[in-house]
Amino acid sequence: MAWFNREKKGIVTPTEMKREAPDGLWYKCPECKTVTLSKTHADNAYCCPNCNYHTKVGSMQYFSLLFDNDEFTELDADMISGDPLEFKDTKAYPDRIKATIVKTGLKDALRSAHGLVGGHKMVIACMDFEFIGGSMGSVVGEKLARAIDYGRINRAPVLVIARSGGARMMEAGYSLMQMAKTSAKLALLDKAGVPYISLLTDPTTGGVTASFAMLGDFNLAEPKSLIGFAGPRVIRETIGKDLPEGFQSAEFLLEHGFVDFIVPRQELKDKLVSLVAMLGF
Amino acid sequence: MEPADQPDKKPAKRKAKIAKPAIEAKPKAEKAKPDADSIVSKVLLIEQLPAPSPLHTDIASPPALMLLEFEKPIAALEARINEMRALVSEEDEMFKQLEERLKSLKKETFARLTPWQRVQVSRHPDRPYTLDYIQTICDEFIELHGDRNVGDDKAMIGGLGRIGDQSIMFVGQQKGRNTKQRQFRNFGMANPEGYRKALRLMKTAEKFGVPIVCLIDTPGAFPGLEAEERGQGEAIARNLREMFMLTVPVICIVIGEGASGGALGIGIGDRVLMLENTWYSVISPESCSSILWRSWDYKELAAEALKLTAKDMLKAGLVDDIIKEPLGGAHTDPVAMAKKLKKVILDQVAELSLLSVDDRISQRIDKFSAMGVVVE
Repeated sequence: MAWFNREKKGIVTPTEMKREAPDGLWYKCPECKTVTLSKTHADNAYCCPNCNYHTKVGSMQYFSLLFDNDEFTELDADMISGDPLEFKDTKAYPDRIKATIVKTGLKDALRSAHGLVGGHKMVIACMDFEFIGGSMGSVVGEKLARAIDYGRINRAPVLVIARSGGARMMEAGYSLMQMAKTSAKLALLDKAGVPYISLLTDPTTGGVTASFAMLGDFNLAEPKSLIGFAGPRVIRETIGKDLPEGFQSAEFLLEHGFVDFIVPRQELKDKLVSLVAMLGF
Repeated sequence: MEPADQPDKKPAKRKAKIAKPAIEAKPKAEKAKPDADSIVSKVLLIEQLPAPSPLHTDIASPPALMLLEFEKPIAALEARINEMRALVSEEDEMFKQLEERLKSLKKETFARLTPWQRVQVSRHPDRPYTLDYIQTICDEFIELHGDRNVGDDKAMIGGLGRIGDQSIMFVGQQKGRNTKQRQFRNFGMANPEGYRKALRLMKTAEKFGVPIVCLIDTPGAFPGLEAEERGQGEAIARNLREMFMLTVPVICIVIGEGASGGALGIGIGDRVLMLENTWYSVISPESCSSILWRSWDYKELAAEALKLTAKDMLKAGLVDDIIKEPLGGAHTDPVAMAKKLKKVILDQVAELSLLSVDDRISQRIDKFSAMGVVVE
């Protein structure tokens, strides 16, 4: 028997009595806890004005940051996932997809588009982490393959922004082969002599690291991003030791020679424009 | 059974016993000469496994092979038949009946294996490994070492082999058979230098117009600290891209486990084939279970869901063909398995050599580009 009993069930404050700030007016940095106006945060390329923490934004934000006047033509915007394996874990895969589409307003974990960046033709494919951890299944692989083909045929440099936990388990063998497919398309792009720029953001791991994300003519990374093949937890379990500070960070990769340079998001567009201009594209 | 088999049987059994000390001596031999184990495995293959039957049957000494749960009824029946062999003539009706039953039991058991049981067969400790096959298939084999960069990865082996007058560059992951060897081979989990060594050998093959055969058998690329420092992701990614452009025929065969990027890192070929009792997928059933079900207990379910068997992968169009194994699995008759593999390799090389370089490359790219299911 409880000592106290609630007289009425549920919250009984009438709606008009509730005091709420309008959603999204303020942004609180998860790193330094500084609160800033969302507008200020967005104007700073979605980075914290205090500590320069790079918020994990998605394709919408990157497209608006990079394409001139936020004008672009999206490629394969309606492509969605099938369920070739009738995969079911705790939830059936199609249900998981549907629920995620409703929740995020995205069709899958990658969007691709072409447009002008500082006046230069460019194809940009950007991953969305909020869609099942940015995992690569058939849709991500196929969209990416077509975006790379578009760049090759139109001789437009290709930028891929990776933010992914790796391959999508629910598509098993199919998702594994997306690593092969995207690499095949990059081999053709490579042969055609069209620049491929890979931007690695927080986090980029697994099958994505082991395929297109590491194959750039230029590998760029956002500051402090976690980048690796195996996840830190798996490595810790394998070697049975704690990992050194900064292990698998963008800076670590730069130090070990796998990244050309680290670029703060505010400077990304300028750097891209300089790069492709120097290559004559 | 024909009486002519009888005289063969006994010496074979004795040989198996004699071979025992050789196994125990292996670690010592390894210390002196790290590559001795490949020779030892050849000795093992030929000396210890001359015929499928003596392995399970000698009940006087402990069984040479580890038995999986579903193999036990088969082994028990085999033991009984062997006991009887001493007592009754092989012409005896009951004896014949028992032999028949053994055959059908094997057939039934292996036809009905669940995906998880196939995973177990693919990991069977007595299953032939890459060097076992190479040594049996080739008339001559010269192992080549090193990535010309940081070292020689013992989990990824390779070299030039000759079958008749056909030269072939072999590349593949190598597992070990006892604790020492397993450690030496890092359980078949290659480091970045392994993938770079594989690529170096493939480029050498390309230079001299030698076809490439990749034998895949790995629980995954090694997830270690140094592997990350040296760019495991980059090493695998580069192999994927470069393998698409190789001008020589490339045949990839999953001979055991085909786990994820670690397998795919040497898995881009004009033909991708799987032995009957192998698996190939994006993740091992255990890891899949731990991630999706948050527990290691759902590995059977995960194995089912991942559709990772050779049959399922063929049905999905993700591999080109299945190579049948001897009844009971490759480990029950490694020599027969190797012979079959040799024939497949030679046939495929001949077939692929008819294509022009450009056709081969574009077909290779088109094949992988068509993989995936999307709704538009």
